[in-house]
Amino acid sequence: MKHLKPINRKAQKIDDLAPAAATPADPMLEDDVVALQQKTQHPHVPMGCTLAFSPGWEVDAGGGTAGLCQPVERDIYDCYVTCFWPVQVPDHVNYSPDWASNCSSAAKDWRNLDLVFP
Amino acid sequence: MNTMTTPTADFRTARYAIGELHEFEAADQAYVYLVGAGAIFALDEGARAVLNALREGEMSHDEIVGALLAHGYSAADAQDLIRELLFVRGIVSDRIAPAIDPQPTAPPADFPLQALVLNITNQCNLACTYCYEFGADKIATPQGKPKFMTLETAKSSIDFLLAQSGARENVHVTFFGGETLMNFKLLREVVLYANEAAAAQGRSMTYSLTTNATLLSDPIIEFLADNDVGVTVSIDGPAELQDARRVYKSGKGSYEVIEPRLKKLIARHRSRAITARVTLSEGVTDVLRIYRHLKDELGFHEVGFAPVTNSGEQDYAINGDGMSRVLADFHALAQEWLDYALENRMHGFSNVSETIAELMQGVNKSHPCGAGLGLLGVSPSGDLSPCHRFTDADTHTLGNIETGIDAEKREDFLSRGHVSAKYECQSCWARPLCAGGCHHEAFVRYGDTGHANLHYCDWIREWTDTCLRVYGAVAAQNPQFLERFATRKGQS
Repeated sequence: MKHLKPINRKAQKIDDLAPAAATPADPMLEDDVVALQQKTQHPHVPMGCTLAFSPGWEVDAGGGTAGLCQPVERDIYDCYVTCFWPVQVPDHVNYSPDWASNCSSAAKDWRNLDLVFP
Repeated sequence: MNTMTTPTADFRTARYAIGELHEFEAADQAYVYLVGAGAIFALDEGARAVLNALREGEMSHDEIVGALLAHGYSAADAQDLIRELLFVRGIVSDRIAPAIDPQPTAPPADFPLQALVLNITNQCNLACTYCYEFGADKIATPQGKPKFMTLETAKSSIDFLLAQSGARENVHVTFFGGETLMNFKLLREVVLYANEAAAAQGRSMTYSLTTNATLLSDPIIEFLADNDVGVTVSIDGPAELQDARRVYKSGKGSYEVIEPRLKKLIARHRSRAITARVTLSEGVTDVLRIYRHLKDELGFHEVGFAPVTNSGEQDYAINGDGMSRVLADFHALAQEWLDYALENRMHGFSNVSETIAELMQGVNKSHPCGAGLGLLGVSPSGDLSPCHRFTDADTHTLGNIETGIDAEKREDFLSRGHVSAKYECQSCWARPLCAGGCHHEAFVRYGDTGHANLHYCDWIREWTDTCLRVYGAVAAQNPQFLERFATRKGQS
């Protein structure tokens, strides 16, 4: 390799395996083969919490509703009160009407959502 | 017309982030230590620029190329930089799913033994106050068990080692105690027996022992020298430090007894390195002074240090200030080690030498040590344990020399101790070398051999970083010197 110089034995072994130069079908830039058993990378969201912020449309980290900590119908009014996980949840709409005032577009500004302490 | 997307067009949609690595600098050169592999690479300016840019957050392929072009790199260079960094996983793409970490699995059933530690006695003539075998945190349960190993058990152990070590040409026996030399008579007979047994199979056997040096006599020194028996001496430094905790049952210090014996041993025994193993404890933290005394005044070839194992509640444990002092002295000695290395001289500070040897290979450990894998301990009764520190502990028996290894218990021990089973280690860059730390220390501290030694994490990372910088400096300025460490941690 041109830009990385191996300085221990393990690095040397990796270097020995590196293809010499860029080719049209460059093995160094192509994706690894992804077999069916390989997980795709998701952010770590604990089961029980919802990924969506719209009341009534909550899905769990697996994309379904089975893993929510409350039935989907309940979380509109109860999710916040009983939730074990310290994160903003939809029923702040009821308890803290301003909880999302700094977040005009959830997809863009979700980092501005703050914790609410009742 | 072929409208399929070509593979080369694909990667442009990928977003890249910094992979799992530790960056360090030495001798004005930038390096990365790649955690997934244990590999060390020197970076050129371009590779450094890519990592610097990515430190702000993820970037797309085109954004990285754009940033490099703005810095005066050619498009071809930019392409090369990305492909090389991707190849070594210094950067990772969000479209390539990282391989799932291997879960702890049972070791191969035929994993060949490399070494046995024979605890030829559990008796000791000293009563060191911090002893893990007899002190407040002891886990051994020797009641009702033999105090001295019999020749029969020792011979069975040698046969067991030869039978269980597969095709290894050379295997190793360490004699341990208690105080090993309280059963020197057995040690001598075992060496003679094992030499013959190994030779009969066209193989060889090497030996070492650990001792407190109080019982070294001229005939013993002769025997050890003639038979190339490596000697490690447990010693804590000059008289007042040695005598703080390494005492007889009467409370009397042991320095006066061992000093003349050590001088004789070191003068006569030239066939193997004679090493000192220092236990640091409260009030015994003056590493520099201890090193100078043991290396320069007594003449040990190497000196290694480790803080005392304890449950966290003992008064001999080193507090935070003590550990800061230890680390500061370690750094001073590491600098001295580097100065020596640049002049092609070997320095006697084992803690650096051992780490350098591992960094040179690029080890990536599944387990913190070979306990239960290539190495087993044997108690005077013939019970097997993961290592000498678990000798005579009923909670950790892994079988018996007569009945063989208890596969189920061994698997449990190794599954717990696997680095992938230690949650806290998964985000630590030092895990290829540390793998969570000593099984025994974890058991004493947390009651579980599979617990990461969390009380050491910051310390281990700082020390590993120091050794990486020593390694980098030598690699840049005197790379041939590193070759001397090629076999130190090599497998036979």
